[in-house]
Amino acid sequence: MIVVSTLFYLFSFIMIASAFMVVLSRNPVHSVLFLILCFFNSAGIFLLLGAEFLAFILVIVYVGAVAVLFLFVVMMLDVEFKSITSTVISYLPIGMTIGFILLAELMLVLFTWNRDSVKMMSYTTENNEQMSNTEMLGMVLYTDNILFFQLAGLILLASMIGAIVLTVNHRPHRPSAKRQNISVQVDRDPKESIENIKVKPGSGI
Amino acid sequence: MITINHYLVLASILFVIGIFGVFLNKKNIIIILMSIELMLLSVNINFVAFSSYLNDIMGQIFSLLILTVAAAEAAIGLAILVIYFRNKGSISVDDINEMKG
Repeated sequence: MIVVSTLFYLFSFIMIASAFMVVLSRNPVHSVLFLILCFFNSAGIFLLLGAEFLAFILVIVYVGAVAVLFLFVVMMLDVEFKSITSTVISYLPIGMTIGFILLAELMLVLFTWNRDSVKMMSYTTENNEQMSNTEMLGMVLYTDNILFFQLAGLILLASMIGAIVLTVNHRPHRPSAKRQNISVQVDRDPKESIENIKVKPGSGI
Repeated sequence: MITINHYLVLASILFVIGIFGVFLNKKNIIIILMSIELMLLSVNINFVAFSSYLNDIMGQIFSLLILTVAAAEAAIGLAILVIYFRNKGSISVDDINEMKG
């Protein structure tokens, strides 16, 4: 139990510190790297909670895809690193006010909340101890929640098409991308495109 | 002894840091998108903590769906950011005032 407590405090301390650094860091590249650290530590928190599948999905999807996407965009955009201190100071009061009000409200809810009022065991995990977390998730996700699963796939498809449509650029004066011209390709005549050349021996074409 | 309250406090602190980030960074939309990711992560921690506490796998399934939506949101947001930067040459929030809103 002492190991769990130590690990929890370690993970959560690093996580909160790196979240602060994400917000306050001057260089966006450092922000992304701290975001990756934050994701790794939350994967550790998920492991402590017994959600192994989500922990590894967090590492694979967030660190492997989303954070790297952020990193690519940050490096591609070539934004000059202006000092953000002036704007931080001007927006600090309202941010502090709203943040502390929200934190106070959340703490108020947390410490006055009656734990016993929450009981809604729809898919209990107690009875099947021999199953791993991943297996259990699969059993529930692919059977009773197949609609959610397919909707998630649809959301991903829509976002993929949206991202491609937004960022593709059809600029004709850029010859870097070779595009198909269907009508020209279909109309090609073998008589015009094949040519017989008599090559003289000893010389090239 | 770590109870569910510890996890909930951690998640709420992370959420408030995310809100801080949205308010404080007016020069860089990328940081705002990262703050939104932090907020979604804190919601995920909440879901998984309750899932573990109630022995109910449904919270983890919701967390998985939130992960999906977060990935989609990051992709779309960054795509919009890239074309905005291509057109205007800046990603400062103060420069986004075309609609005078």
